[in-house]
Amino acid sequence: MTNLAKKCLGKKFLAKKALTRKVNPVDIEKIESILATDCGSTTTKAILIEKRDGEFRLIVRGEAPTTVEAPVEDVTKGVLNAVSEVQELVGRQILTDDGSDIIKPRQGNKGVDFYVSTSSAGGGLQMMVAGVVKTMSGESAARAALGAGAIVMDVMATNDGRLPHQKIQRIRHLRPDMILLSGGVDGGTTSHVAELAEIISAASPKARLGIGYELPVLFAGNKDAAGLVKERLQGKVALDFTDNLRPTLERENLMPARLKIQELFLEHVMSHAPGYPHLMKLTDVDIMPTPGAVGDIMQLISRRKGITVVGVDIGGATTDIFSVFQGIYNKSVSANYGMSYSISNVFAEAGMENIMRWVPFAVDERDLRNRVKNKMIRPTTIPSLLEELVVEQACAREALRLSFDQHRSLAVGLKGIQQERSIGDVFEQTMTGQTLVNLKDLNMLIGSGGVLSHAPRRQQSAMMMIDSFLPEGVTQLTVDSIFMMPQLGVLAKVYEQAALSVFDKDCLIYLGTCISPTGVIKDGDVALEASVTMPDGAVVKEILKAGELKVVPLPVGQTARARLKPTYGMDMGNGDGVAIEVEVYGGVVGLIFDTRGRPLNLPKDDRERIKKLQSWNAALDMYPKL
Amino acid sequence: MASAYTPGLKIVGKARFEKDRKLPMRGTVHVKKGERVTAETVVASTHLPGNVFPMNVANILGCEPKEIIEFMVKKVGDRVKKGEIIAETPGLWGFFKNRVESCIVGSLENISTVTGQVILREPPIPIEVHGYVDGEVADVYAEEGIRVATYGAFIQGIFGIGPEVVAPLKMVARDPADVLDAKDISPEHKGKIIVGGSLVTAPALARAIELGVKGVIAGGYDAFDLKEFLGYDLGVAITGNEDKGVTLVVTEGFGKIAMAKKTFDLLKASEGRKTSINGATQIRAGVIRPEVVIPIEGLKDQDVSKSSSMGMTVGTLLRIIRQPKFGSVAKVVSLPEKPAHIDTEAKVRIVEIEILNTGEKLNLPRANVEIIEE
Repeated sequence: MTNLAKKCLGKKFLAKKALTRKVNPVDIEKIESILATDCGSTTTKAILIEKRDGEFRLIVRGEAPTTVEAPVEDVTKGVLNAVSEVQELVGRQILTDDGSDIIKPRQGNKGVDFYVSTSSAGGGLQMMVAGVVKTMSGESAARAALGAGAIVMDVMATNDGRLPHQKIQRIRHLRPDMILLSGGVDGGTTSHVAELAEIISAASPKARLGIGYELPVLFAGNKDAAGLVKERLQGKVALDFTDNLRPTLERENLMPARLKIQELFLEHVMSHAPGYPHLMKLTDVDIMPTPGAVGDIMQLISRRKGITVVGVDIGGATTDIFSVFQGIYNKSVSANYGMSYSISNVFAEAGMENIMRWVPFAVDERDLRNRVKNKMIRPTTIPSLLEELVVEQACAREALRLSFDQHRSLAVGLKGIQQERSIGDVFEQTMTGQTLVNLKDLNMLIGSGGVLSHAPRRQQSAMMMIDSFLPEGVTQLTVDSIFMMPQLGVLAKVYEQAALSVFDKDCLIYLGTCISPTGVIKDGDVALEASVTMPDGAVVKEILKAGELKVVPLPVGQTARARLKPTYGMDMGNGDGVAIEVEVYGGVVGLIFDTRGRPLNLPKDDRERIKKLQSWNAALDMYPKL
Repeated sequence: MASAYTPGLKIVGKARFEKDRKLPMRGTVHVKKGERVTAETVVASTHLPGNVFPMNVANILGCEPKEIIEFMVKKVGDRVKKGEIIAETPGLWGFFKNRVESCIVGSLENISTVTGQVILREPPIPIEVHGYVDGEVADVYAEEGIRVATYGAFIQGIFGIGPEVVAPLKMVARDPADVLDAKDISPEHKGKIIVGGSLVTAPALARAIELGVKGVIAGGYDAFDLKEFLGYDLGVAITGNEDKGVTLVVTEGFGKIAMAKKTFDLLKASEGRKTSINGATQIRAGVIRPEVVIPIEGLKDQDVSKSSSMGMTVGTLLRIIRQPKFGSVAKVVSLPEKPAHIDTEAKVRIVEIEILNTGEKLNLPRANVEIIEE
């Protein structure tokens, strides 16, 4: 690395191993114009950041469909299309005349000084798992993969009744993103495990993500077979090892495999895409996986404000959840919950009833199923009718809920603790460890991703987060203004000052504070008495009934002092019926009193449910008309 | 002039199509580079060792393992038929013989005087890879397979199910808006790939399977029927391995959507031709769409249609790919530079379009249209 680059990028940057592989030398003091892109599975977003009056600000944002499908099949094309939109909106040239490259460094009014990118274009995680006995290690492996957020495309086993060539053909046809190889209790069979490794080796699966991509294979079987597996697969795949997920017949140890799968997914699958090497040539620093970049921003918020946070980035193929509790940062990637490629999976996993419970009008099942599947097969389309928006936001609630459930199961206090399983309960999935996520301790909920950042009204973003995360007590709500946390995350690695400037002024939108007692009492009974002392000294008194949503306006940047007295049967965090006094924060929505109860139970009767939803929507002025 | 990028599926009358045809394991390639092949030509093959069946002969005969060698009627390497005697005791004065009959057709592989077991093996299993399309060998991968190439019509579907099939093409729909129902399918469609219009109904698909129709191409298919047909709710669109007795290629989407006129006309013009279709679909990065390939004799490189720029400008022909007016064909009237509000109140980049058959003008998100290549 040149001295100039060292000077430009600083010690902090140099410590980051991932980014030291590539740095294009540039004088950081001279940077005035930065282009940053995020290649999502569905949409590629580009932002232009420029120094204006001595500070960095967001200037414009452009987007275009991510190009991972023939005839283009090169993620770079989507980037250039998004940048083309940026240059059209800003009214100056950024791309070369033939549109094939970014002009760098800036030449007068043309081009930019610096270009960075994140990527999650590789999309979801579809795995094949293998075990010696289908109903033993095969099933344990499938549970580990499912628990890590993957779709299990096939369970291959020595005794699955298929011939070797049929297994090989299956691997080739399915093009899995990763293979989890297990089998053999510790000290048990090694020959069958070696046989499975030979099948994987012979299949030599075709990479779905193009040249330069190596298929990750994780071995989590009999430790005595590790050498044999290495002999057969080393050099042919991206081979990795972790603890045996079935060390004895009675014991299942899934957590190490689950965590390793998440790690390998980020490293090998998610950020890659057809044309990825081409894009790497355009960027000034290495491309960062989107969850890594967003996770850095979430940690930054937690650190700067000294608060606990739960953050979410909901994309087209995946939903990433981040949390910081007790100073411990956790990240989970639900690889098949998302709003485009994975929307049908959300529908299948959540079920029609769970989706429909959020829709305040009747929908024909056939019609709804067609709409969901059409979004899946044409992932870049967006709702242009209000009814379609409501249905998509219903799906988003379920995608968020399912992803948060998964996050909670992965964000545990003691990683890798073992779970005793008897022969009798081998078919049941149980969690290991105690989750760190405690909603009563949560200070701030942060939303990012297309469906949250681009919701036409901010109330919609707030309610999607409230309905899916069900915050308890007093929780501040924020959202990424135009979905730019990934870009700021990677920029912060290189030029923190610029990233923070834009983050503070243009990125985080304060929605307000959600006040929600836990407990369930009869609808219509008083649930909470609130006394809010506003910044001007005025006192607003509210009596909230169970089953209600109510908003008290409190503008962005203002705080108020609230005394919140729950009724018996309800809890604000200090115990049943015990009052609390807290600071509450304003926002574009305001103070949201949610006395619908925790857990949230919606009426079973459709007419009742629709009436409730309509009243809640009206309370928050969610939609123009329905 | 304003322009915008929009993706679209390939529907080409004259295209060059190439595809790898590989064995799952190493074997023999039977054709040479440049050789003409048909869809049915075995281009590569290999043999897998047959399945093994152990028989405990000593137990059945009631003798010591070391004695079985005296009673074996068949020797190592001998071929055996099912039910054929492979071992026999002499009995008493020719009576009360104990016999062991082969449980398979195959050969005798091993006799163990230690365990008393005899191993029988079924004949080798032949694995063959066919040409898939009528064309020529563009490349040979030694011991693995070939790359086949052909010239003809090529249509990418939006979604499909079922494996590769090859059969003559038969139009059933007379109009792109026709619904393909069970009553439209008759025994004459057996062994053919039939073309419907805007929708193939569940009874139609069931009837097609019953009559031995090899494939169905239609504009739409109901997602509810898909769930019933597969027996599960498809979460992530990865298909092609279904063994349902028919291959389905959907060209437009889920629900009743008139087949694009260009697609319909192309299929109509190819009626009777030998057609290869594959329902395999993978909708994720590195997308695989279902395909229809109709080889045309005599086409050459210079006849191949040039690929379009994928750019959208005033006058470009479009198809609407989401509600409202899903499936309608329109042309671009203008491409406003600044983002604008749509019905949902979202502010997005839009395209002003005019629907061809009604003249109705609409503003739609640019993301909700695709270019129709002319």
